[in-house]
Amino acid sequence: MGKLKLGFYWAASCGGCEISVLEIGEKVLDVMAVADIVFWPAAVDFKFSDVEKMEDKSIDVCFFNGAIRNREDEHVAKLLRAKSKVMIAFGSCAVDGCIPGLGNATTVKDIFTRAYHETPSTINPEKVEPQPKYSIPEGELELPELRENVSTLDEVVDVDYYVPGCPPVGEQVWNAIQAIVSGKLPPKGSVVGASDRALCHECERKRLGNKFKTIYRPYEIVPDQEQCLLEQGVICMGPATRGGCGALCPKANMPCWGCYGPSPNIEDQGAKMLSALASNLDSTDEEEIKEALGKVIDPLGKFYKFTLTKSILGRVRK
Amino acid sequence: MGEKFEPKIIGFLCRWCAYAGADLAGTSRMEYPPNVYTIRVNCTGRIDPTFVIKSLAQGADGVLIAGCHPGDCHYMEGNYMMLKRYTLLSRLLEQFGIEKERVRLEWISASEGEKFAKTVHEMTEKIRQLGPLNWNTGKKEGR
Ligand code: SF4
Ligand code: SF4
Repeated sequence: MGKLKLGFYWAASCGGCEISVLEIGEKVLDVMAVADIVFWPAAVDFKFSDVEKMEDKSIDVCFFNGAIRNREDEHVAKLLRAKSKVMIAFGSCAVDGCIPGLGNATTVKDIFTRAYHETPSTINPEKVEPQPKYSIPEGELELPELRENVSTLDEVVDVDYYVPGCPPVGEQVWNAIQAIVSGKLPPKGSVVGASDRALCHECERKRLGNKFKTIYRPYEIVPDQEQCLLEQGVICMGPATRGGCGALCPKANMPCWGCYGPSPNIEDQGAKMLSALASNLDSTDEEEIKEALGKVIDPLGKFYKFTLTKSILGRVRK
Repeated sequence: MGEKFEPKIIGFLCRWCAYAGADLAGTSRMEYPPNVYTIRVNCTGRIDPTFVIKSLAQGADGVLIAGCHPGDCHYMEGNYMMLKRYTLLSRLLEQFGIEKERVRLEWISASEGEKFAKTVHEMTEKIRQLGPLNWNTGKKEGR
């Protein structure tokens, strides 16, 4: 058997997933021993035209990170799907929409208004906005248009496996790569490189069964190092989040933000977390409840930070 | 649209209070609009916010949650659980652009058939004014 052919691509992403691939450290040499990289714009100089020339299914495994925000993201996703035997949604943006997916909390029109006219640092008296096509003497310039909605990778192409995380932790990236290289892949559609239980199962903090009286934002409290953060009134997304990261954030005395997406058997991470948080409030007084939960200033942003696109509602109403 | 639109409301009713209240409204032959599709639950505390969100996403125009008055929960604290979830949920739904009036929490005892009928009446009229939610067709639009 020849060497495995691997492709990597970033659509609407921050670049963190690219770094997470390198987090496997010197093991990257082991990967190179059995695999060739045939496409990786972030690290190696390839052009789209190189991919277009490839035969269909000639890439063995494609690691696709980033959400589908613009027409180019969508085009390249379809192109790479055609050229790849196995398509992996790699990282929270491709799996759940993640931060780019929060674009679904607004509209393209409002994004343009905000970005090109309203921000305090904007001076744009001629009200210039980027155009998808622009003619100059040398020819026509093109910019990919924003799609009305942000989508996850599996909303535009067929996806074989999912590797969640923002970004996936190095160790789990390695687990996923090993599974691929050894050919011991689970059934199509599985999540690879994560746990099949909620984060709380791998968190070592003590649960004393206490409930909280008020909610603290992380800067407002120095939490006890040992006790469950949620019990102390810090919004920790652990109960609604898939494990696999090793409870990195609670270990550092910070609450989980939910980056591994909904834990298995949960349809909507946000709704589940809202429920878990509210149930842990120690009060039966309507006014007190309103006040305590009023400290969640932006419920949508808090509970759906990573999964708005993939949530049941999917976007806000236009 | 106007007159033709008949709001579809999913009603999660606790079996000990609101469901019995609805029953009473029926057996007492009170008149109220037929727009609530009832789902009997053991306790409002069993209602996961996911149920509400899913109802709206799959075609409901509104959701009514009704259970025992504070202090009267058959399981001690279930209705307080719901009150807490509802407090956050209705703020969340507003952020999604879903009007507050579409999802309503009411305390209705087994003897309050009249309150049940009145609630259904008010809610149906309010949602009729708001118009259809149409979430199931809205999400993918323009993708
Ligand atoms: S809620 Fe957070 S701190 Fe508490 S057990 Fe779960 S992951 Fe750990
Ligand atoms: S603790 Fe939560 S936010 Fe932190 S890495 Fe793990 S899943 Fe992500």
